[in-house]
Amino acid sequence: MTKLRKAFSNLMKKIQSGKFVLTGELEPVKTTDLSSVIAEAKSLRGYVTACNVTDNPSSYAAVASLVSAHVVQKEAGMETIYQIRCADRNRIALTSDLLGAAVLGIKNVLTLTGDHTLLGDMPNAKPVFDLDATLLTGMVRRMVDEGKDLNGNDIEGPRPQFNIGVAANPNADPIEPEILKVVRKVENGADFVQTQVCYDIDKTIEFLKMFRMFSVPVLVGIFPMRSYGVAAEFDKFVPGVKVPKELLDKFKQVKQQSISKAEKREKYDRINIKFFAPFIKELKKSGLCAGCHIMSVHYVEIIPKLLAEAKIKKAAQKISPLAVASSPSS
Amino acid sequence: MIITTQKPLEEIMRTLQSYSNIMIVGCGTCATAVQTGGEPQVREMADKLRGKWFVDTVVVEAPCDERIARKDWREIQRQGRGKNIDAFLCLMCGAGVQTLAEIAELPCIPGLNTHFLGKVERIGLYYERCRACGNCHLGETAGICPVTRCAKGLMNGPCGGMIDGKCEVGGYVRDCAWFLIWQRLKKFGRMDLFRKVRPPREFGLEAYPRGIDAIPSHRIGRETTVMGPEETEKYIVKAIKEKAKQVKNAKSQDAPVVK
Repeated sequence: MTKLRKAFSNLMKKIQSGKFVLTGELEPVKTTDLSSVIAEAKSLRGYVTACNVTDNPSSYAAVASLVSAHVVQKEAGMETIYQIRCADRNRIALTSDLLGAAVLGIKNVLTLTGDHTLLGDMPNAKPVFDLDATLLTGMVRRMVDEGKDLNGNDIEGPRPQFNIGVAANPNADPIEPEILKVVRKVENGADFVQTQVCYDIDKTIEFLKMFRMFSVPVLVGIFPMRSYGVAAEFDKFVPGVKVPKELLDKFKQVKQQSISKAEKREKYDRINIKFFAPFIKELKKSGLCAGCHIMSVHYVEIIPKLLAEAKIKKAAQKISPLAVASSPSS
Repeated sequence: MIITTQKPLEEIMRTLQSYSNIMIVGCGTCATAVQTGGEPQVREMADKLRGKWFVDTVVVEAPCDERIARKDWREIQRQGRGKNIDAFLCLMCGAGVQTLAEIAELPCIPGLNTHFLGKVERIGLYYERCRACGNCHLGETAGICPVTRCAKGLMNGPCGGMIDGKCEVGGYVRDCAWFLIWQRLKKFGRMDLFRKVRPPREFGLEAYPRGIDAIPSHRIGRETTVMGPEETEKYIVKAIKEKAKQVKNAKSQDAPVVK
């Protein structure tokens, strides 16, 4: 159904080459200091092809994702997937930010509707939702393919070069309206799909099977959790996902044990590896997805261990040419 | 129905402090139906305020209809009741309060909070059903309005926050509008409508303040005038006469009518 579109980013090129692709996630917080994000991005080099940079996740105001994505590309040499959500910006602001992203050499955009502003740390903010993810996808597609904005006004100079990602939630129940919605996004011009965190392998495979006919690469989201606190918080506050009770209980048991921090760390790691390594293996074996999107925010040390267990080789560590290409000042 | 609830009595009393003669005005339409500004509520309010204020009461059939409100105000003045009034305490929606304020040119204190256009399930149970967006899509969404009932007002839902057909806003208690739309369109055998990508909303239609001039040839920018009611009326008469003259001239010259 979808024709093979031009790959602008390394991520898209790798997906199109048929390799099992991994992407990571970086979550800048409410700060003016991006050094920890850069360090995390650096430590992910070689393990993942590109990193998502979140845009005000859960509607908590954070440092601009566009700025962070640019800084990460420049300082850490890591290709980014710039997340942009409709909750905070109208079509004018979205257009201008996307043009800015093109100027800064960002090649991947993930279009999101965004969590409702009521769920965030400034619940009385005016929720924008001028567009939704489907319409935003169409808008970016038009910018890339036609060099025009949403209303058909010309963009001067070269057209922006983006590969467009969209989100899907295989946990949705019922799944049919969710699938049909993602199909709308694909029809409106998505290049690839990244899913919300998945825990249930059967459900995920079922989703991928249903989705196969649309021949759009899907990266399945997984979320190794650093501690019981993280898991519980995720379960409670992230809309649309629930952590399986058995897994949550395992984390809880570790938390309640009176052992040293290092031992706890060791146990948490083991739970994650035991749960997610077979998950990744199974996904890879199924051949239904293009790869995995590992959202181990602030928990990057698990990735090497996890990938070793899942028998996924690390790529030769080379600094992306983006580090040079996207720095206008140097 | 326009859904209103009564403001706390303390707030009303505080706002009324600087006045001594008040007229409590009820609304015979929506506020009567939801029992916030009908005759019993007006009477009740009068009982609470009497002693501290000189109180007169009236229920206008539809205070937001200028024609009716003006007629009733004239009648009140004819009866000599309007003379000493310092302020109106209005038990009606914001549209009524403002219409009354324009006509009577007296301070109008709102006694109610206006919430939304909604359905009345029964007294005390009201649910929003229309956002007055100016571009109704209900024919395509199985009679369920996504603009109103989706927390994000999405045209292409459901969003990723739907679990078991419930909405992420408010802790998965309320139904996801797009889930309901999907369910009902499926029942109607109209999944083609669900699969459709709906264009962006036209927020230009919602740029406020909004107004509709029913007869385009009489479009005279009345809303923007700062004239009193009598002058405004004179102005309208003048404008209509002028327009009529124009049309007559155009006809006599056998030219097409100017729109």
